[in-house]
Amino acid sequence: MDLPRIWRLKSQRYKLEGSQCKSCQKLSFPPVQVCSDCRSQEIEPFRFAGKGSVYSFSTVYNPLTQFTEFVPYVVALIDLAEGPRITAQLTDVKPEDVSIGMKVEMVIRKISEQSDKGAIVYGYKFRPPIK
Amino acid sequence: MRKVAIVGIGQVPVREHWDSGLREMAVRAILDAMQDADVRNCDALYVGNMLAGYLSDQSNLGALLADYAGLQVSEAVSLEAACGSGAAAFRQAVLAVASGMVESAIAVGVEKLTEHSDVSPTNGLATAADADFEAAMGLSFVAINALLMRRYMHEYKCRKENFAGFVINAHDNARHNPHAMFRQAIHLEQYQHAKLIADPINLLDSSPIADGAAAVVIVPAEQAKQFAQPAVIVNACEVGVDTLSLSKRKDPLKLGAVTQSTQRAMQTAGINHTDIDLLEAHDAFSVMTTLALEAAGFAEYGQGTQLANPATIGINGKLPLSTFGGLKARGHPVGATGMYQIVEAVTQLRHQAPDAIQVSDAKRAMVQNIGGSASYVVTTILERDKA
Ligand SMILES: [Zn+2]
Repeated sequence: MDLPRIWRLKSQRYKLEGSQCKSCQKLSFPPVQVCSDCRSQEIEPFRFAGKGSVYSFSTVYNPLTQFTEFVPYVVALIDLAEGPRITAQLTDVKPEDVSIGMKVEMVIRKISEQSDKGAIVYGYKFRPPIK
Repeated sequence: MRKVAIVGIGQVPVREHWDSGLREMAVRAILDAMQDADVRNCDALYVGNMLAGYLSDQSNLGALLADYAGLQVSEAVSLEAACGSGAAAFRQAVLAVASGMVESAIAVGVEKLTEHSDVSPTNGLATAADADFEAAMGLSFVAINALLMRRYMHEYKCRKENFAGFVINAHDNARHNPHAMFRQAIHLEQYQHAKLIADPINLLDSSPIADGAAAVVIVPAEQAKQFAQPAVIVNACEVGVDTLSLSKRKDPLKLGAVTQSTQRAMQTAGINHTDIDLLEAHDAFSVMTTLALEAAGFAEYGQGTQLANPATIGINGKLPLSTFGGLKARGHPVGATGMYQIVEAVTQLRHQAPDAIQVSDAKRAMVQNIGGSASYVVTTILERDKA
């Protein structure tokens, strides 16, 4: 992934910044330009707290090339506490210890590394909360 | 809009074709379809393809293939809707002839997925999802389906063995299809012990990537009798669209685009579920077969796997499914798949299938091609010409 693209996505990747519709308050992640519920274009940034629970998950053994070093890794759909669902990797947990409904929280980690271009992408992953 | 008919079909075997490239496969399928219809030219060419630009450094397939197939056309263009690219091209050809804009059209689907050492087909297929927020997080196309399968098993208390019947049926039928990639039967034990690729999806839940091309010739239905083969009428070809991302759907286990496209197609054709003699389903993954059967109304939500038995989906069952092996065993050359499904359904309705897989007295077929995680779905209803 090219550098301007990585740069452009930094608020989403590092701060979990989505958007909120000023007219009907609908929350979205990723951010949208127009509200999918009421069609309003009055949209403002909204930062999610990074707490949620696992909706579904899978342990990947055949990765995309830039994720080879992480195999096997766990991808998940996570229901954020504020509402929207998000796709992310789980970290700091063994695949066999993951379950649907499990509480998770966001952390910043290395996401991927492309050997040819050398760009290292950082951003959100989710882990079981530290007690 | 006037009715249209399919009067010619062509296909190359689904294989790893190291000895022929994208253009040779597509041109072979086009020429065979034209020979089958006994026509020397067609007015327009629509190409379904997903990854030629990504994997083979080749875009602009419309002009390339029209030239190499020796066609004099007023239009030649390629369409992309991930695994639904084949049906996208088919629908465009149907619309072009139905509208009266052209008098004949060819739809061809073609895909070359093997033989690439420096670019990964796995990465290519992942472009069917959101690049910035799904693939960039490590979500492969298989993993998308794995997320659906895990949630399905959780919500409906469904065991993995329940899906096996779909896989066994597809392989059983493919044994008799000379164009199929995997022509051997498989057993429950093999399914249970197959290697995991994205838990809970194993190798036998998943269709194989492959190379292939398939094509049809489409003309106005009122002219169909002039051609050599029994004509097959296109009674409906309808689309449904949903969000690209799984995460943006209220209930990912209910495939809205499948429901929309099926209901529209049945309404256009003026038929209901019991009028269908066979179904070529998009069985790229056993969970996708299940979800699509439910969303199309062939089963209640949560009960799709109850259909996975020979009495229901076998060749002599109530709803013969994937009669030439489906994506699972015929193989899944992504952008060509939707055209293989059409070619196979036409063969059934002409009563030209190999004996062991011919659905007896087949009059009407439903074909469903799904792009992405059911973000683009085309449902086609084909009928044997009564005359
Ligand atoms: Zn709104």
